[in-house]
Amino acid sequence: MTTIVPTADIVRTADGVPLKVKLRRAERMRKIRAVSLIAPLFLFLAVTFVMPIGIMLFRSVQNPEVSQILPRTAQAIQQWDGEGLPGEDVVAAFIADLRAAKEAKTHGKVAKRLNYDLSGFRSLTLQTARRLPPPETPPSELLDKLIEIDKRWGETRYWATIKKAAPPYTMFYLLAALDRNFDVKGNVIHAPPEVSIYIDVLERTFWMSFIVTAVCFLLGYPIAYLLATLPTKHSNLLMILVLLPFWTSLLVRTTAWVVLLQTQGVVNDAAVALGLWSERIQLIHNRTGVYVAMVHILLPFMVLPLYSVMKGISFTHMRAAASLGANPLRSFLKVYVPQTMPGIGAGILLVFIISLGYYITPALVGGPRDQMISYFIAFHTNTSVNWGMAAALSVVLLFCVMIFFGIYNRFVGIEKMKLG
Amino acid sequence: MSQNNEALVQFIGVEKTYDGEVLAVKNLNLEIHRGEFLTLLGPSGSGKTTTLLMLAGFETTTHGDILLKGKSITKVPPPKRNFGMVFQDYALFPHMTVQENLAFPLTARKVPKAEIEKKVARALEMVRLAGYQTRRPNQLSGGQQQRVALARALVFEPQLVLMDEPLGALDKQLREQMQLEIKHIHEHLGVTVLYVTHDQIEALTMSDRIAVLHQGEIQQLATPTKLYEEPENSFVADFIGKNNRFAGNVLEINRSNCKVEIDGGATVEALAVKVGGVGSRTLLSLRPESVVLDPPDGLCPNRFEARVEELIYLGDHIRARVSVCGNDEFVITVPRTGNAPRLEVGQTINIGWQSQDCRALEVP
Ligand SMILES: Nc1ncnc2c1ncn2[C@@H]1O[C@H](COP(=O)(O)OP(=O)(O)OP(=O)(O)O)[C@@H](O)[C@H]1O
Ligand SMILES: [Mg+2]
Repeated sequence: MTTIVPTADIVRTADGVPLKVKLRRAERMRKIRAVSLIAPLFLFLAVTFVMPIGIMLFRSVQNPEVSQILPRTAQAIQQWDGEGLPGEDVVAAFIADLRAAKEAKTHGKVAKRLNYDLSGFRSLTLQTARRLPPPETPPSELLDKLIEIDKRWGETRYWATIKKAAPPYTMFYLLAALDRNFDVKGNVIHAPPEVSIYIDVLERTFWMSFIVTAVCFLLGYPIAYLLATLPTKHSNLLMILVLLPFWTSLLVRTTAWVVLLQTQGVVNDAAVALGLWSERIQLIHNRTGVYVAMVHILLPFMVLPLYSVMKGISFTHMRAAASLGANPLRSFLKVYVPQTMPGIGAGILLVFIISLGYYITPALVGGPRDQMISYFIAFHTNTSVNWGMAAALSVVLLFCVMIFFGIYNRFVGIEKMKLG
Repeated sequence: MSQNNEALVQFIGVEKTYDGEVLAVKNLNLEIHRGEFLTLLGPSGSGKTTTLLMLAGFETTTHGDILLKGKSITKVPPPKRNFGMVFQDYALFPHMTVQENLAFPLTARKVPKAEIEKKVARALEMVRLAGYQTRRPNQLSGGQQQRVALARALVFEPQLVLMDEPLGALDKQLREQMQLEIKHIHEHLGVTVLYVTHDQIEALTMSDRIAVLHQGEIQQLATPTKLYEEPENSFVADFIGKNNRFAGNVLEINRSNCKVEIDGGATVEALAVKVGGVGSRTLLSLRPESVVLDPPDGLCPNRFEARVEELIYLGDHIRARVSVCGNDEFVITVPRTGNAPRLEVGQTINIGWQSQDCRALEVP
């Protein structure tokens, strides 16, 4: 007997392959093509964006110095309760570690790290490393020898600092970025006021970004409106003027403002000549200068999304509103502005987020009290080479941006955003 | 129809130019009677929209005056004119629901809230969209959007409603349905309507009176019947319905009739509607359905032999293109009733027409 396969319920193509298989094959080809087209970009993003950010996030909690360079000390000091002075095993481990570190020339790193927690620790460590007691010294005398070298070794807080710095991961940097610190017991406390600057900087960063965004909006909305409503002949010229900043280097634009706004600069010259103000006033290297330059640079980011949304609004809507009895102000507020909401949202989000990370412009045209958080990130990356701190500040900035994004999404909706 | 001849709107010598060179509207004198449905009909660029916009207040008049109930309104801003307006693209506000769209003109007029609810509901019922209050315009079909726009233009009970090709974006079937609906609403409310279209069938279907515009000038202002049956010039005759035309010279005129020697050589008797003296040029206009097939002896003064060139089957009738008197664009319509003769291409037939159906008009 031959077996009859029931084929009635399987739809086949002309060459007998089931339709579903055929479809899957066709779809697979398309999928492979799609994936291979986006793969380069995906890799690029992964290598240049996701990885650096991931590493940066990780750096903000990494604490390798003591745990790697003074490994025996790091382990032994865990048993110590932080009261009085540590036992001889800890002191012995410390001296042995420090001797090894000196040979490997890594003791400088540890000194620097310990100095973040307690200033003076750097010189103390380096000094001690130079005059270490000979290895055959009996363990019971080691502590006294250290106190002989420097009497600070007789203080609890120096040993407590080593204990605090010992774990391989720490919240130390993140807390420092929020002007907080651990005390000896591991409680979070306010950092002393003379080193508490970051909350201030963060508030300043937000406030300055807010002002810049607000000014950009107030200036950008009418410009975008003109762009969208003027006849093409005029609007093209205006568009070129708006885009001009885009085509000039950021540095050139910023230094141009220095030339214009300095005390002996064009603006002051003109104002004094016209009698607007009698004494030359400081327009640069202060907040005013930063605002002027930042608004100038960021204005296109506000104008372009607004323009693209406004361009899509039919002018018959305004006619309809007028014919329905609404005066021009009412038509504008009730009919026009609501329709530009996606552009307003996009422009504000764009300008605000770019402002939060602004660095070069405040650095060039601002005074010391006008620097934003990015300045301190750059400072810790390049000048003080405290990457843990730089990473922690970056995390705080990233976190703030994400919170802002979340709030925006909650109230406006990301899907409503229109960039053009 | 609650229509009397009292003028609601008067255009007096209105002219309009956009560029200072060409007149988009020339010396327009037009009265819109209270309660009537007046249509501006004309080809593209004839100045229909311009006229409407001047009345609505969105364009200024270059010259002349527009009166509403005898008072000039050229200085009154659009929101104060109290005209309803329906646009070709509907112009519904996309960020508002149907309810909010309809409430918009009422809140602008500070109508109390409870009354707004009632009026909106009534207006929606009128356009058969009750229950659609919470929809947004993009959740409605084209026809439904059109109705909402209509309801919005009527909900504040304006004295005059202006519509600029409101059905232009709809497909044929829906357009025909909406034509009747708008007409019924007009009859029901007794509101005055100024309607703009370039579709002659639409104009004929809906209007009490039609003003045919061409190059910014009114060619004829008349009822649909009069416009179709008694066009005053060859533009109107050509623009409205199908039309056969012969060019020729006037041979003689006796009272209302005249004899014309057409360019093909034959002589035709016609109704002298607008002709110069003997010897002047004229255009004869003849509706296809006025042509009689195989006319009985003595009935038609104009009888000719014609050759059938082409037959077009149109369901309820057949349109035949024939050549007669040297004119091979001559069209006749043959009803498809049982006893009508069957025509074939190439066949020679006898045709004729009454002299009063053939109108001698001036050459444009
Ligand atoms: N805003 C304008 N600027 C310059 N010329 C215009 C403007 N609007 C209309 N015109 C000109 O005025 C004339 C009449 O235009 P109008 O829009 O009134 O025509 P219409 O009868 O409404 O035509 P359509 O059926 O195509 O809408 C046209 O020649 C047109 O080119
Ligand atoms: Mg038009």
